[in-house]
Amino acid sequence: MKFNGKAWKFGADIDTDRIIPARYLNTSDPKELAKHCMEDADPSFASRVRAGDVIVADKNFGCGSSREHAPIAIKASGVACVIARSFARIFYRNSFNMGLPILECEEAAASTESGDVIEVDMSTGEIVNVTKGKRFKARPIPPFMQELIAAGGLMESIRKKGAV
Amino acid sequence: MKPMTITEKILARHAGVKEVAPGELINAKVDIALGNDITAPIAISEFRRIGAKKVFNRNKVVLVPDHFTPNKDIKSAEQCKILRDFAREHKLKHYYDGGEVGVEHALLPEKGVVVPGDLVIGADSHTCTYGALGAFSTGVGSTDLAAVMITGELWFKVPESMKFVFNGRLRKWVSGKDLILHIIGEIGVDGALYRAMEFTGSAIDRLSMDSRMSMCNMAIEAGAKSGIIAPDATTEAYVSKRAERPYKFYSSDAGAAYSEVREYDCAEIEPKVACPHLPENTKNVSDVKNVSIDQVVIGSCTNGRLEDLEVAAKILRGRKIAKHLRLIIIPATPFIYNEAMKKGWFDIFLRAGAIISPPTCGPCLGGHMGILAAGERALATTNRNFLGRMGDVKSEVYLANPAVAAATAIKGKIAHPDEVTK
Repeated sequence: MKFNGKAWKFGADIDTDRIIPARYLNTSDPKELAKHCMEDADPSFASRVRAGDVIVADKNFGCGSSREHAPIAIKASGVACVIARSFARIFYRNSFNMGLPILECEEAAASTESGDVIEVDMSTGEIVNVTKGKRFKARPIPPFMQELIAAGGLMESIRKKGAV
Repeated sequence: MKPMTITEKILARHAGVKEVAPGELINAKVDIALGNDITAPIAISEFRRIGAKKVFNRNKVVLVPDHFTPNKDIKSAEQCKILRDFAREHKLKHYYDGGEVGVEHALLPEKGVVVPGDLVIGADSHTCTYGALGAFSTGVGSTDLAAVMITGELWFKVPESMKFVFNGRLRKWVSGKDLILHIIGEIGVDGALYRAMEFTGSAIDRLSMDSRMSMCNMAIEAGAKSGIIAPDATTEAYVSKRAERPYKFYSSDAGAAYSEVREYDCAEIEPKVACPHLPENTKNVSDVKNVSIDQVVIGSCTNGRLEDLEVAAKILRGRKIAKHLRLIIIPATPFIYNEAMKKGWFDIFLRAGAIISPPTCGPCLGGHMGILAAGERALATTNRNFLGRMGDVKSEVYLANPAVAAATAIKGKIAHPDEVTK
Protein backbone atom coordinates (compact mmCIF):
# COMPACT_ATOMS: atom_id res chain seq x y z
CA MET A 1 0.00 0.00 0.00
CA LYS A 2 1.48 3.35 -1.07
CA PHE A 3 0.04 6.81 -0.52
CA ASN A 4 0.95 10.25 -1.73
CA GLY A 5 -0.77 13.31 -0.39
CA LYS A 6 -0.63 16.66 1.33
CA ALA A 7 0.15 16.82 5.05
CA TRP A 8 -2.19 18.29 7.63
CA LYS A 9 -0.12 19.03 10.72
CA PHE A 10 -1.57 18.90 14.25
CA GLY A 11 0.00 19.28 17.69
CA ALA A 12 0.26 17.05 20.75
CA ASP A 13 -2.59 15.32 22.62
CA ILE A 14 -5.23 15.72 19.90
CA ASP A 15 -8.14 14.10 21.73
CA THR A 16 -11.07 12.26 20.21
CA ASP A 17 -13.42 15.15 21.09
CA ARG A 18 -11.41 17.31 18.70
CA ILE A 19 -11.34 14.60 16.04
CA ILE A 20 -15.12 14.15 16.22
CA PRO A 21 -17.00 16.12 18.89
CA ALA A 22 -19.66 14.26 20.91
CA ARG A 23 -22.36 16.58 19.57
CA TYR A 24 -22.14 14.55 16.35
CA LEU A 25 -22.10 11.10 17.98
CA ASN A 26 -25.84 10.58 17.66
CA THR A 27 -25.03 8.86 14.36
CA SER A 28 -22.41 6.39 13.21
CA ASP A 29 -22.84 7.13 9.49
CA PRO A 30 -19.27 7.59 8.12
CA LYS A 31 -20.35 10.29 5.62
CA GLU A 32 -22.05 12.34 8.34
CA LEU A 33 -19.08 11.96 10.68
CA ALA A 34 -16.62 12.95 7.91
CA LYS A 35 -18.42 16.31 7.55
CA HIS A 36 -17.24 17.21 11.06
CA CYS A 37 -13.84 15.51 11.09
CA MET A 38 -11.21 17.46 13.10
CA GLU A 39 -13.78 20.28 13.48
CA ASP A 40 -12.64 21.47 16.92
CA ALA A 41 -8.96 21.36 15.92
CA ASP A 42 -9.36 23.01 12.48
CA PRO A 43 -12.91 23.98 11.42
CA SER A 44 -11.82 24.22 7.76
CA PHE A 45 -10.37 20.69 7.64
CA ALA A 46 -13.45 18.76 6.53
CA SER A 47 -14.16 21.05 3.57
CA ARG A 48 -10.53 21.35 2.43
CA VAL A 49 -9.12 17.86 2.93
CA ARG A 50 -8.60 15.84 -0.27
CA ALA A 51 -8.56 12.09 -0.80
CA GLY A 52 -5.07 10.77 -0.17
CA ASP A 53 -4.03 13.52 2.26
CA VAL A 54 -2.12 12.57 5.39
CA ILE A 55 -2.60 13.71 8.99
CA VAL A 56 0.70 14.27 10.81
CA ALA A 57 0.59 14.87 14.56
CA ASP A 58 2.73 15.05 17.66
CA LYS A 59 2.44 12.68 20.65
CA ASN A 60 -0.62 10.87 22.03
CA PHE A 61 -2.86 11.34 18.99
CA GLY A 62 -6.43 10.12 19.65
CA CYS A 63 -6.35 10.30 23.44
CA GLY A 64 -9.58 10.27 25.41
CA SER A 65 -12.72 8.43 24.44
CA SER A 66 -12.96 4.94 22.92
CA ARG A 67 -15.26 6.21 20.16
CA GLU A 68 -14.46 4.34 16.96
CA HIS A 69 -16.22 7.26 15.28
CA ALA A 70 -12.82 9.03 15.42
CA PRO A 71 -10.89 6.75 13.03
CA ILE A 72 -14.14 6.25 11.04
CA ALA A 73 -14.47 10.03 10.53
CA ILE A 74 -10.81 10.33 9.50
CA LYS A 75 -11.01 7.46 7.04
CA ALA A 76 -14.30 8.64 5.56
CA SER A 77 -12.85 12.14 5.07
CA GLY A 78 -10.44 10.62 2.57
CA VAL A 79 -7.31 10.73 4.73
CA ALA A 80 -5.02 7.91 3.59
CA CYS A 81 -2.86 7.59 6.68
CA VAL A 82 -2.13 9.13 10.08
CA ILE A 83 1.49 9.59 11.15
CA ALA A 84 2.15 10.60 14.76
CA ARG A 85 4.95 10.65 17.29
CA SER A 86 2.73 8.31 19.36
CA PHE A 87 -0.89 7.19 19.57
CA ALA A 88 -3.24 6.71 22.50
CA ARG A 89 -3.83 2.98 22.89
CA ILE A 90 -7.58 2.67 22.19
CA PHE A 91 -7.27 4.83 19.07
CA TYR A 92 -4.32 2.67 17.92
CA ARG A 93 -6.32 -0.52 18.39
CA ASN A 94 -9.46 0.91 16.78
CA SER A 95 -7.54 2.09 13.71
CA PHE A 96 -6.19 -1.40 13.01
CA ASN A 97 -9.57 -2.96 13.67
CA MET A 98 -11.45 -0.74 11.24
CA GLY A 99 -8.69 -0.33 8.65
CA LEU A 100 -7.24 3.17 9.00
CA PRO A 101 -3.50 2.97 8.27
CA ILE A 102 -1.42 4.58 11.01
CA LEU A 103 2.32 4.88 11.59
CA GLU A 104 4.43 6.01 14.54
CA CYS A 105 7.43 8.11 13.54
CA GLU A 106 8.92 10.74 15.83
CA GLU A 107 11.21 12.29 13.20
CA ALA A 108 8.56 12.60 10.50
CA ALA A 109 6.14 14.09 13.03
CA ALA A 110 8.73 16.64 14.13
CA SER A 111 9.87 17.88 10.74
CA THR A 112 6.66 17.85 8.70
CA GLU A 113 4.70 21.05 8.15
CA SER A 114 1.19 21.53 6.84
CA GLY A 115 1.13 21.43 3.05
CA ASP A 116 4.25 19.26 2.64
CA VAL A 117 3.79 16.45 0.14
CA ILE A 118 4.20 13.10 1.87
CA GLU A 119 4.70 9.65 0.39
CA VAL A 120 4.07 6.61 2.54
CA ASP A 121 4.81 2.96 1.84
CA MET A 122 2.83 1.01 4.42
CA SER A 123 4.58 -2.29 3.62
CA THR A 124 8.05 -0.95 4.43
CA GLY A 125 7.08 1.86 6.85
CA GLU A 126 9.03 4.31 4.71
CA ILE A 127 7.86 7.92 4.81
CA VAL A 128 9.19 10.49 2.33
CA ASN A 129 8.66 14.20 2.76
CA VAL A 130 8.86 15.09 -0.95
CA THR A 131 8.68 18.83 -0.30
CA LYS A 132 11.64 18.81 2.10
CA GLY A 133 13.51 15.95 0.44
CA LYS A 134 13.69 13.90 3.65
CA ARG A 135 13.23 10.17 4.26
CA PHE A 136 12.05 8.55 7.49
CA LYS A 137 11.45 5.06 8.73
CA ALA A 138 8.35 4.49 10.89
CA ARG A 139 8.41 2.18 13.89
CA PRO A 140 7.67 -1.29 12.50
CA ILE A 141 4.09 -2.50 12.86
CA PRO A 142 4.09 -5.47 15.28
CA PRO A 143 3.86 -8.81 13.38
CA PHE A 144 0.58 -9.65 15.11
CA MET A 145 -1.02 -6.44 13.86
CA GLN A 146 0.33 -7.12 10.36
CA GLU A 147 -1.37 -10.51 10.43
CA LEU A 148 -4.60 -8.82 11.52
CA ILE A 149 -4.33 -6.39 8.59
CA ALA A 150 -3.50 -9.22 6.18
CA ALA A 151 -6.59 -11.09 7.38
CA GLY A 152 -8.69 -8.04 6.48
CA GLY A 153 -9.17 -6.72 10.02
CA LEU A 154 -10.46 -8.21 13.27
CA MET A 155 -13.96 -9.13 12.06
CA GLU A 156 -12.66 -10.86 8.95
CA SER A 157 -10.14 -12.83 10.99
CA ILE A 158 -13.00 -14.00 13.22
CA ARG A 159 -15.05 -14.99 10.20
CA LYS A 160 -12.10 -16.91 8.75
CA LYS A 161 -11.64 -18.78 12.03
CA GLY A 162 -15.20 -19.97 11.62
CA ALA A 163 -16.35 -18.44 14.89
CA VAL A 164 -19.54 -17.03 13.40
CA MET B 1 7.14 -19.49 39.19
CA LYS B 2 8.24 -15.92 38.69
CA PRO B 3 6.57 -13.25 40.80
CA MET B 4 3.67 -11.53 38.99
CA THR B 5 1.59 -8.39 39.43
CA ILE B 6 -2.16 -8.63 40.08
CA THR B 7 -2.73 -7.58 36.46
CA GLU B 8 -0.47 -10.32 35.08
CA LYS B 9 -2.15 -12.94 37.29
CA ILE B 10 -5.67 -12.06 36.13
CA LEU B 11 -4.58 -12.01 32.47
CA ALA B 12 -2.73 -15.36 32.81
CA ARG B 13 -5.75 -16.95 34.42
CA HIS B 14 -8.07 -15.79 31.62
CA ALA B 15 -5.59 -16.84 28.93
CA GLY B 16 -5.43 -20.29 30.49
CA VAL B 17 -1.70 -20.16 31.11
CA LYS B 18 0.42 -20.27 34.27
CA GLU B 19 2.28 -17.04 33.69
CA VAL B 20 2.50 -14.06 31.36
CA ALA B 21 5.08 -11.32 30.92
CA PRO B 22 4.74 -7.68 29.80
CA GLY B 23 4.76 -7.35 26.01
CA GLU B 24 3.38 -10.85 25.48
CA LEU B 25 0.33 -11.19 23.21
CA ILE B 26 -2.41 -13.36 24.63
CA ASN B 27 -5.89 -14.44 23.69
CA ALA B 28 -8.06 -14.26 26.80
CA LYS B 29 -11.58 -15.14 27.85
CA VAL B 30 -13.75 -12.15 28.74
CA ASP B 31 -16.14 -12.22 31.72
CA ILE B 32 -18.15 -9.11 30.88
CA ALA B 33 -18.37 -7.10 27.63
CA LEU B 34 -20.06 -3.70 27.83
CA GLY B 35 -21.41 -1.27 25.27
CA ASN B 36 -23.39 1.97 25.45
CA ASP B 37 -25.69 3.97 23.16
CA ILE B 38 -22.74 5.58 21.34
CA THR B 39 -20.49 2.56 20.85
CA ALA B 40 -22.82 -0.45 20.74
CA PRO B 41 -24.71 0.51 17.54
CA ILE B 42 -21.45 0.13 15.55
CA ALA B 43 -20.68 -3.17 17.33
CA ILE B 44 -24.18 -4.48 16.62
CA SER B 45 -23.88 -3.46 12.97
CA GLU B 46 -20.52 -5.31 12.70
CA PHE B 47 -22.02 -8.33 14.51
CA ARG B 48 -24.77 -8.50 11.91
CA ARG B 49 -22.55 -7.63 8.95
CA ILE B 50 -20.43 -10.73 9.34
CA GLY B 51 -23.49 -12.89 9.84
CA ALA B 52 -23.30 -13.62 13.57
CA LYS B 53 -26.53 -15.04 14.95
CA LYS B 54 -25.87 -15.45 18.66
CA VAL B 55 -23.98 -13.69 21.41
CA PHE B 56 -21.43 -15.94 23.14
CA ASN B 57 -23.27 -15.68 26.46
CA ARG B 58 -26.44 -13.69 27.11
CA ASN B 59 -25.41 -13.09 30.74
CA LYS B 60 -22.05 -11.58 29.81
CA VAL B 61 -22.94 -9.05 27.13
CA VAL B 62 -24.10 -5.88 28.88
CA LEU B 63 -25.76 -2.90 27.19
CA VAL B 64 -26.36 0.39 28.97
CA PRO B 65 -27.80 3.31 27.00
CA ASP B 66 -26.57 6.05 29.35
CA HIS B 67 -24.88 8.73 27.25
CA PHE B 68 -27.68 10.55 25.41
CA THR B 69 -30.56 9.26 27.56
CA PRO B 70 -33.30 10.17 28.25
CA ASN B 71 -33.12 10.34 24.43
CA LYS B 72 -31.98 13.86 23.61
CA ASP B 73 -33.10 13.89 19.96
CA ILE B 74 -34.46 11.68 17.20
CA LYS B 75 -31.06 10.40 16.10
CA SER B 76 -30.15 9.40 19.67
CA ALA B 77 -33.51 7.71 20.06
CA GLU B 78 -32.72 5.63 16.97
CA GLN B 79 -29.32 4.64 18.42
CA CYS B 80 -30.93 3.59 21.72
CA LYS B 81 -33.57 1.63 19.87
CA ILE B 82 -30.83 -0.43 18.18
CA LEU B 83 -29.65 -1.47 21.67
CA ARG B 84 -33.15 -2.16 22.94
CA ASP B 85 -34.07 -4.33 19.96
CA PHE B 86 -30.78 -6.23 20.15
CA ALA B 87 -31.16 -6.79 23.90
CA ARG B 88 -34.66 -8.21 23.38
CA GLU B 89 -33.67 -10.35 20.42
CA HIS B 90 -30.76 -11.92 22.30
CA LYS B 91 -32.50 -11.95 25.71
CA LEU B 92 -29.64 -10.11 27.35
CA LYS B 93 -29.80 -10.42 31.11
CA HIS B 94 -28.10 -7.09 31.71
CA TYR B 95 -29.83 -4.45 29.67
CA TYR B 96 -30.78 -1.32 31.58
CA ASP B 97 -33.26 1.16 30.21
CA GLY B 98 -35.74 3.81 31.36
CA GLY B 99 -35.97 3.99 35.14
CA GLU B 100 -33.33 1.26 35.54
CA VAL B 101 -30.56 3.00 33.65
CA GLY B 102 -27.59 4.52 35.40
CA VAL B 103 -24.14 5.71 34.41
CA GLU B 104 -22.60 2.40 33.33
CA HIS B 105 -19.45 2.46 35.46
CA ALA B 106 -21.43 3.27 38.60
CA LEU B 107 -24.20 0.82 37.71
CA LEU B 108 -22.24 -2.36 36.97
CA PRO B 109 -20.32 -2.55 40.29
CA GLU B 110 -23.48 -1.58 42.18
CA LYS B 111 -25.48 -4.39 40.55
CA GLY B 112 -22.73 -6.95 41.18
CA VAL B 113 -22.35 -7.49 37.42
CA VAL B 114 -18.58 -7.04 37.58
CA VAL B 115 -16.70 -8.79 40.39
CA PRO B 116 -13.12 -9.07 41.67
CA GLY B 117 -10.81 -11.16 39.48
CA ASP B 118 -12.87 -10.54 36.31
CA LEU B 119 -11.51 -9.65 32.92
CA VAL B 120 -13.82 -6.92 31.61
CA ILE B 121 -13.80 -5.05 28.32
CA GLY B 122 -16.06 -2.15 27.53
CA ALA B 123 -16.53 0.00 24.47
CA ASP B 124 -16.11 3.02 26.70
CA SER B 125 -12.76 4.38 27.75
CA HIS B 126 -13.74 4.65 31.43
CA THR B 127 -14.23 0.90 31.67
CA CYS B 128 -10.97 1.00 33.64
CA THR B 129 -13.14 1.98 36.67
CA TYR B 130 -13.68 -1.68 37.68
CA GLY B 131 -10.01 -2.00 38.60
CA ALA B 132 -11.25 -0.62 41.92
CA LEU B 133 -12.84 -4.02 42.56
CA GLY B 134 -9.62 -5.87 41.74
CA ALA B 135 -10.67 -6.73 38.18
CA PHE B 136 -8.63 -6.26 35.01
CA SER B 137 -10.78 -3.90 33.05
CA THR B 138 -10.05 -1.89 29.94
CA GLY B 139 -11.67 0.29 27.31
CA VAL B 140 -11.77 -0.84 23.69
CA GLY B 141 -13.60 0.19 20.54
CA SER B 142 -16.81 -1.00 18.93
CA THR B 143 -15.16 -3.57 16.64
CA ASP B 144 -13.38 -5.19 19.60
CA LEU B 145 -16.74 -5.29 21.38
CA ALA B 146 -18.34 -6.96 18.36
CA ALA B 147 -15.56 -9.58 18.34
CA VAL B 148 -16.13 -10.39 22.02
CA MET B 149 -19.92 -10.45 21.63
CA ILE B 150 -19.41 -13.26 19.11
CA THR B 151 -16.44 -15.20 20.51
CA GLY B 152 -16.19 -14.30 24.20
CA GLU B 153 -12.47 -13.75 23.68
CA LEU B 154 -10.11 -10.97 22.71
CA TRP B 155 -6.39 -10.43 22.12
CA PHE B 156 -4.43 -8.36 24.61
CA LYS B 157 -0.86 -7.24 24.94
CA VAL B 158 0.16 -7.79 28.55
CA PRO B 159 0.93 -4.30 29.87
CA GLU B 160 3.87 -3.28 32.00
CA SER B 161 2.73 -2.16 35.44
CA MET B 162 3.47 1.10 37.23
CA LYS B 163 3.08 1.21 41.00
CA PHE B 164 1.77 4.26 42.84
CA VAL B 165 2.19 4.07 46.61
CA PHE B 166 0.16 6.46 48.77
CA ASN B 167 1.03 6.67 52.45
CA GLY B 168 -0.06 9.00 55.24
CA ARG B 169 -3.47 10.45 56.11
CA LEU B 170 -5.62 12.26 53.57
CA ARG B 171 -6.13 15.92 54.36
CA LYS B 172 -9.63 17.22 54.94
CA TRP B 173 -11.68 17.49 51.70
CA VAL B 174 -9.19 15.32 49.80
CA SER B 175 -10.60 12.27 48.02
CA GLY B 176 -9.56 9.67 45.46
CA LYS B 177 -10.20 12.25 42.75
CA ASP B 178 -7.42 14.45 44.09
CA LEU B 179 -4.94 11.58 44.30
CA ILE B 180 -5.48 10.64 40.66
CA LEU B 181 -5.42 14.30 39.52
CA HIS B 182 -2.17 14.69 41.45
CA ILE B 183 -0.64 11.72 39.59
CA ILE B 184 -1.86 12.92 36.18
CA GLY B 185 -0.45 16.38 36.93
CA GLU B 186 2.94 14.76 37.52
CA ILE B 187 3.15 12.16 34.76
CA GLY B 188 0.98 13.81 32.11
CA VAL B 189 -1.87 12.60 29.91
CA ASP B 190 0.34 9.94 28.32
CA GLY B 191 2.50 9.25 31.38
CA ALA B 192 1.12 5.73 31.75
CA LEU B 193 0.53 5.04 28.03
CA TYR B 194 -0.19 1.34 27.35
CA ARG B 195 0.55 0.47 31.01
CA ALA B 196 -1.40 -0.75 34.04
CA MET B 197 -1.51 1.64 37.00
CA GLU B 198 -1.55 -0.14 40.34
CA PHE B 199 -2.52 1.93 43.37
CA THR B 200 -1.36 0.76 46.78
CA GLY B 201 -0.18 1.93 50.22
CA SER B 202 -1.72 2.61 53.61
CA ALA B 203 -3.81 5.53 52.31
CA ILE B 204 -5.34 3.32 49.60
CA ASP B 205 -6.07 0.66 52.25
CA ARG B 206 -8.17 3.25 54.09
CA LEU B 207 -9.84 4.61 50.96
CA SER B 208 -13.58 4.00 50.38
CA MET B 209 -14.84 2.01 47.40
CA ASP B 210 -16.34 5.17 45.89
CA SER B 211 -12.99 6.96 46.04
CA ARG B 212 -11.17 3.91 44.68
CA MET B 213 -13.55 3.93 41.72
CA SER B 214 -12.84 7.64 41.08
CA MET B 215 -9.12 6.85 41.00
CA CYS B 216 -9.25 3.84 38.69
CA ASN B 217 -11.81 5.66 36.50
CA MET B 218 -9.26 8.29 35.52
CA ALA B 219 -6.35 5.91 34.77
CA ILE B 220 -7.25 6.42 31.10
CA GLU B 221 -6.58 10.16 31.51
CA ALA B 222 -2.92 9.22 32.03
CA GLY B 223 -3.13 7.07 28.88
CA ALA B 224 -3.18 3.83 30.89
CA LYS B 225 -4.68 0.57 29.72
CA SER B 226 -6.07 -0.09 33.18
CA GLY B 227 -5.99 0.97 36.80
CA ILE B 228 -6.19 -1.52 39.63
CA ILE B 229 -6.35 -1.82 43.43
CA ALA B 230 -5.84 -5.17 45.13
CA PRO B 231 -9.09 -6.26 46.83
CA ASP B 232 -9.25 -6.24 50.63
CA ALA B 233 -11.82 -6.13 53.46
CA THR B 234 -13.31 -2.92 52.03
CA THR B 235 -13.81 -4.66 48.70
CA GLU B 236 -15.26 -7.73 50.39
CA ALA B 237 -17.80 -5.63 52.30
CA TYR B 238 -18.85 -3.96 49.03
CA VAL B 239 -19.08 -7.01 46.77
CA SER B 240 -20.27 -9.75 49.15
CA LYS B 241 -23.84 -8.40 49.18
CA ARG B 242 -23.87 -7.60 45.46
CA ALA B 243 -21.91 -10.16 43.46
CA GLU B 244 -24.03 -12.30 41.17
CA ARG B 245 -21.15 -14.69 40.47
CA PRO B 246 -18.33 -16.22 42.50
CA TYR B 247 -15.31 -13.92 42.66
CA LYS B 248 -11.62 -14.23 43.32
CA PHE B 249 -9.16 -11.92 45.03
CA TYR B 250 -5.77 -11.57 43.38
CA SER B 251 -2.79 -9.61 44.66
CA SER B 252 0.68 -8.78 43.42
CA ASP B 253 3.58 -10.97 44.52
CA ALA B 254 6.47 -9.50 46.46
CA GLY B 255 9.19 -9.08 43.86
CA ALA B 256 6.78 -8.53 40.94
CA ALA B 257 8.31 -6.31 38.25
CA TYR B 258 7.21 -2.68 37.77
CA SER B 259 8.38 -0.32 35.07
CA GLU B 260 8.23 2.45 37.65
CA VAL B 261 7.35 2.93 41.32
CA ARG B 262 6.27 6.33 42.64
CA GLU B 263 5.61 7.16 46.28
CA TYR B 264 3.49 9.91 47.75
CA ASP B 265 2.84 11.35 51.20
CA CYS B 266 -0.86 12.23 51.36
CA ALA B 267 -0.17 14.91 53.96
CA GLU B 268 1.26 16.98 51.10
CA ILE B 269 -1.73 16.62 48.77
CA GLU B 270 -4.35 19.39 48.69
CA PRO B 271 -7.64 19.35 46.81
CA LYS B 272 -6.72 19.70 43.14
CA VAL B 273 -8.16 21.49 40.13
CA ALA B 274 -7.32 20.50 36.55
CA CYS B 275 -7.36 23.64 34.43
CA PRO B 276 -8.33 23.82 30.74
CA HIS B 277 -7.75 22.00 28.41
CA LEU B 278 -6.08 18.84 29.70
CA PRO B 279 -6.44 16.80 32.89
CA GLU B 280 -2.67 17.17 33.40
CA ASN B 281 -2.96 20.93 33.99
CA THR B 282 -3.48 20.42 37.72
CA LYS B 283 -3.00 22.98 40.42
CA ASN B 284 -3.78 23.15 44.12
CA VAL B 285 -7.23 24.70 44.52
CA SER B 286 -5.72 27.44 46.68
CA ASP B 287 -3.50 28.46 43.75
CA VAL B 288 -6.47 28.93 41.38
CA LYS B 289 -7.75 32.36 42.31
CA ASN B 290 -10.63 34.46 41.05
CA VAL B 291 -11.82 32.19 38.29
CA SER B 292 -15.52 32.92 37.96
CA ILE B 293 -17.71 29.95 37.06
CA ASP B 294 -21.03 29.82 35.17
CA GLN B 295 -21.93 26.18 35.75
CA VAL B 296 -21.01 23.48 38.24
CA VAL B 297 -21.69 19.81 37.48
CA ILE B 298 -21.59 17.17 40.21
CA GLY B 299 -21.97 13.70 38.73
CA SER B 300 -20.53 11.28 36.14
CA CYS B 301 -18.81 7.89 36.28
CA THR B 302 -15.99 9.63 38.14
CA ASN B 303 -17.92 11.36 40.94
CA GLY B 304 -21.66 10.70 40.87
CA ARG B 305 -21.73 8.18 43.73
CA LEU B 306 -23.13 8.41 47.25
CA GLU B 307 -19.90 9.60 48.88
CA ASP B 308 -19.74 12.38 46.30
CA LEU B 309 -23.32 13.54 46.86
CA GLU B 310 -22.85 13.25 50.62
CA VAL B 311 -19.94 15.67 50.75
CA ALA B 312 -21.79 18.04 48.40
CA ALA B 313 -24.84 17.91 50.69
CA LYS B 314 -22.67 18.56 53.74
CA ILE B 315 -21.29 21.74 52.21
CA LEU B 316 -24.53 22.92 50.58
CA ARG B 317 -26.67 22.37 53.72
CA GLY B 318 -28.30 25.67 54.64
CA ARG B 319 -26.43 27.58 51.96
CA LYS B 320 -27.37 29.02 48.58
CA ILE B 321 -25.47 28.88 45.34
CA ALA B 322 -24.25 32.10 43.69
CA LYS B 323 -26.97 34.00 41.88
CA HIS B 324 -25.43 33.84 38.41
CA LEU B 325 -24.46 30.17 38.59
CA ARG B 326 -26.18 26.92 37.51
CA LEU B 327 -25.53 23.88 39.67
CA ILE B 328 -26.45 20.54 38.07
CA ILE B 329 -26.37 17.46 40.29
CA ILE B 330 -26.59 14.06 38.59
CA PRO B 331 -26.91 11.00 40.85
CA ALA B 332 -25.20 8.27 38.80
CA THR B 333 -27.75 5.46 39.28
CA PRO B 334 -31.40 5.02 40.31
CA PHE B 335 -30.21 3.47 43.60
CA ILE B 336 -27.98 6.47 44.36
CA TYR B 337 -30.83 8.79 43.34
CA ASN B 338 -33.22 7.06 45.72
CA GLU B 339 -30.73 6.93 48.60
CA ALA B 340 -29.88 10.62 48.19
CA MET B 341 -33.59 11.44 48.25
CA LYS B 342 -34.26 9.32 51.34
CA LYS B 343 -31.34 10.89 53.19
CA GLY B 344 -32.85 14.34 52.61
CA TRP B 345 -30.06 15.57 50.35
CA PHE B 346 -32.48 16.51 47.57
CA ASP B 347 -34.08 19.03 49.96
CA ILE B 348 -30.65 20.49 50.62
CA PHE B 349 -29.78 20.63 46.92
CA LEU B 350 -33.12 22.15 45.89
CA ARG B 351 -33.06 24.76 48.66
CA ALA B 352 -29.52 25.68 47.61
CA GLY B 353 -30.83 26.32 44.09
CA ALA B 354 -29.53 23.21 42.32
CA ILE B 355 -31.02 21.32 39.39
CA ILE B 356 -31.29 17.56 40.00
CA SER B 357 -30.95 15.52 36.82
CA PRO B 358 -31.91 11.92 36.19
CA PRO B 359 -28.92 9.57 35.88
CA THR B 360 -27.12 10.23 32.58
CA CYS B 361 -23.62 10.90 31.23
CA GLY B 362 -25.28 13.99 29.71
CA PRO B 363 -23.14 17.11 30.04
CA CYS B 364 -19.83 15.34 30.82
CA LEU B 365 -19.22 14.72 27.12
CA GLY B 366 -21.21 17.70 25.88
CA GLY B 367 -24.18 15.48 25.11
CA HIS B 368 -27.12 17.25 26.72
CA MET B 369 -28.53 18.39 30.09
CA GLY B 370 -26.12 21.29 30.59
CA ILE B 371 -24.20 22.40 27.50
CA LEU B 372 -21.94 25.45 27.65
CA ALA B 373 -22.18 28.54 25.44
CA ALA B 374 -19.14 30.27 23.95
CA GLY B 375 -17.17 32.04 26.67
CA GLU B 376 -18.79 30.08 29.51
CA ARG B 377 -16.78 28.30 32.14
CA ALA B 378 -17.70 25.18 34.08
CA LEU B 379 -16.23 23.39 37.04
CA ALA B 380 -17.17 19.72 36.95
CA THR B 381 -16.50 16.57 38.92
CA THR B 382 -16.17 14.75 35.60
CA ASN B 383 -13.02 13.37 33.99
CA ARG B 384 -12.12 15.38 30.89
CA ASN B 385 -11.62 19.07 30.27
CA PHE B 386 -10.64 18.83 26.61
CA LEU B 387 -11.31 21.80 24.35
CA GLY B 388 -15.05 22.03 23.70
CA ARG B 389 -15.76 18.95 25.80
CA MET B 390 -18.93 20.31 27.43
CA GLY B 391 -20.15 22.54 24.66
CA ASP B 392 -18.91 25.38 22.50
CA VAL B 393 -15.28 25.19 21.48
CA LYS B 394 -14.77 28.56 23.19
CA SER B 395 -16.04 27.28 26.56
CA GLU B 396 -13.80 26.02 29.36
CA VAL B 397 -13.94 23.14 31.84
CA TYR B 398 -12.15 22.82 35.17
CA LEU B 399 -12.11 19.45 36.94
CA ALA B 400 -12.25 18.96 40.71
CA ASN B 401 -13.72 16.82 43.50
CA PRO B 402 -17.35 17.26 44.69
CA ALA B 403 -16.37 19.27 47.79
CA VAL B 404 -14.56 21.85 45.69
CA ALA B 405 -17.48 21.79 43.25
CA ALA B 406 -20.02 22.52 46.01
CA ALA B 407 -17.87 25.30 47.48
CA THR B 408 -17.41 26.77 44.01
CA ALA B 409 -21.16 26.74 43.40
CA ILE B 410 -21.70 28.77 46.58
CA LYS B 411 -18.91 31.29 45.93
CA GLY B 412 -19.52 31.61 42.18
CA LYS B 413 -15.79 31.24 41.62
CA ILE B 414 -13.37 28.40 42.19
CA ALA B 415 -13.14 27.98 45.96
CA HIS B 416 -11.58 25.76 48.62
CA PRO B 417 -14.27 24.07 50.77
CA ASP B 418 -12.74 25.72 53.86
CA GLU B 419 -13.72 29.11 52.43
CA VAL B 420 -17.43 28.36 52.78
CA THR B 421 -17.55 26.02 55.78
CA LYS B 422 -15.52 28.07 58.25
